[in-house]
Amino acid sequence: MRHIILILLISSVLGQNDMTVEEIIKAMDNNLNAKSRVLTSKMVVHGRRATRTIKSRNWVVGTDLAFTEYLSPPREAGTKMLKVGDKLWTYSPQTDRVIQISGHMLRQSVMGSDMSYNDMMEDQPLADRYTTTLEGSININGRDYWIVVMDAKRKGLSYPKRRAWIDKEYLLPMKEELYAKSGKLLKTATMDGIKKVQGRWFPSRFIFKDELKRNSKGTEWIIEEIEFDREIPDSRFLKARLRK
Amino acid sequence: MLKFVLKGILRDRSRSLFPIIVVSLIVALVIFNRGFLVGTMNGMFRDTAVISSGHVKIMTHAYQEESQLLPNDLALMNVDEIVEILHVVYPDYFWSPKISFAGLLDLPDDQGETKSQGPVMAYGVDFLSQDSRQYELWELEKRIVSGRMIQNVDDALVGTKLAEKLGLSLGDQVTYIGTTMNNAFTTFNFTVVGTFNLGMGPLDKQMMLVDIDGARMALDMDDSASEILGFKHDLYYDDKSSIKIRDQFNASHSDTTDIFRSSMIALRDANQMGTMIDLVDISVFIILGIFLLIAMIVLWNMGIMSGLRRYGEMGIRLAMGETKGQVYRSLILESVIIGTIGTIFGTLIGLPLTYYVQEVGIDYSAAFENLNTSTLIMSSVFYTKVTPDLYYIGIIPGILATVFGTMLAGRAIYKREMAQLFKELET
Repeated sequence: MRHIILILLISSVLGQNDMTVEEIIKAMDNNLNAKSRVLTSKMVVHGRRATRTIKSRNWVVGTDLAFTEYLSPPREAGTKMLKVGDKLWTYSPQTDRVIQISGHMLRQSVMGSDMSYNDMMEDQPLADRYTTTLEGSININGRDYWIVVMDAKRKGLSYPKRRAWIDKEYLLPMKEELYAKSGKLLKTATMDGIKKVQGRWFPSRFIFKDELKRNSKGTEWIIEEIEFDREIPDSRFLKARLRK
Repeated sequence: MLKFVLKGILRDRSRSLFPIIVVSLIVALVIFNRGFLVGTMNGMFRDTAVISSGHVKIMTHAYQEESQLLPNDLALMNVDEIVEILHVVYPDYFWSPKISFAGLLDLPDDQGETKSQGPVMAYGVDFLSQDSRQYELWELEKRIVSGRMIQNVDDALVGTKLAEKLGLSLGDQVTYIGTTMNNAFTTFNFTVVGTFNLGMGPLDKQMMLVDIDGARMALDMDDSASEILGFKHDLYYDDKSSIKIRDQFNASHSDTTDIFRSSMIALRDANQMGTMIDLVDISVFIILGIFLLIAMIVLWNMGIMSGLRRYGEMGIRLAMGETKGQVYRSLILESVIIGTIGTIFGTLIGLPLTYYVQEVGIDYSAAFENLNTSTLIMSSVFYTKVTPDLYYIGIIPGILATVFGTMLAGRAIYKREMAQLFKELET
């Protein structure tokens, strides 16, 4: 029995090594995206002076619909965000206003984190947005990674170029470098705490770092609970829901 | 001698009228020029001080490094305590916290949807404290075009141009959209209670004034401020005093390992202001020098002309036994009297003119309209300033130039040969 398992594992690893770069990216997209997901997370923003923790609950369907409600701290509690396609609205209970975030506002930071609204908006599968090239393989601390370079297929993406270190077992980008068109490094993103959730590998922590911010210590996004492929009613994604 | 010279001046108008007119005009011009320069520069210093730099300004070292970006995440904290200490340590100044922030101003329609939206540059200053001098500093009484002063923390005064652009009316609730001190997205509702016109061209197009407590609520900046501005109680910028307290303050906050240490700058440290301040100091010498030279040349020339016309008179006086020195001295005395009269007339013309422009101003707003950006904060209405030195500054070009001009022209007396005199007189 042990021999069979060993053979299966070896063949599985060898099989993965034989994957084309397109297959790697597709498998990675499948891991990160789902038909739907509901999650509770906290964002730990390490500012230049202090660290803030912002808790939120998210409902996501595919890549087009997303609804976020901030739960704490008190100043942020009740703030909601709705993404429908390429539109993003935010609601603040202090002003009782629903405001569409567009244009240069999309470049602003989400809750003071190292993530921008653009980062939130651009979550279509990577395979749809980038052409990919396998740069090579590397072993770091006993784990094997593919290094994949991605170049934007169309203009207007926040990061025209990305380089990802994709774990050969988890098929997840354990580290990503996000570049401007000029080749300047804009952000880095890493993930850890990989767990098997409903049959897929998924990280429990992401770390984003805006490399343009001097002395930035990055932002941690910690997934506390996540449930994939849960039925979410359409009413969740109505604009009217923001005020409720 | 004095009586003789005076009689000569009064009876022979051709020898006094033109020089007095020239001296009067030059003195009036010198006075107005000096008043204009001092007034314009003072106005610029004052506007810069109020809007940007104070006479001195305190911020964190980290904020100072990136101040162009208005990095409120690096703002001063525990501001009330700092201000209290400053009042005790530097009693010659009054201290006022200020928050500078930028973002978008959004006017909703009846449904709460965006009706109009535009960029805004806002200042949160202490309007509501009992001992606040902000209305006086911002000269809001004369600058408010419609509406009223700020009375509540969520009241906002909006520049007339911004109000026009966004279609704002008094009583409208507008939403500020920006980022908090923690760089988080924020929205905050302000009520438009008035419009103002600072007369500062490009700056007016995006400006909004709110109370500092309103700004603190909007930006989550409790007991924090971008800067603390210090002003001399008489509101006149004193460069030496500012430099002195700047150096004192920075010496006592010199822990270079702490990027959030408080750091003080003087008005002269703001954009190119040091050069301007030095320029004002030397301007009086430049202006006086130029006018003195011009006046001297004009009066020298006049003296020569006059000497030619009075060739016979000089000859007779020398022939009658007056020494050349006596004649020369009498001419100088004459020039002193003409210079004094010219200076008095010139001062009487120049001072009221300067005072008039001090009160009314000269409006250059049309010329400033096309400026899109400006690092210098400058009012588009220029005012002169009547300062005590204007009462006596005319003496230098008025009397000195007349005397120097006469001294140069009068040298011809010494060239007259006694042996030639009688021959000349006979012809």
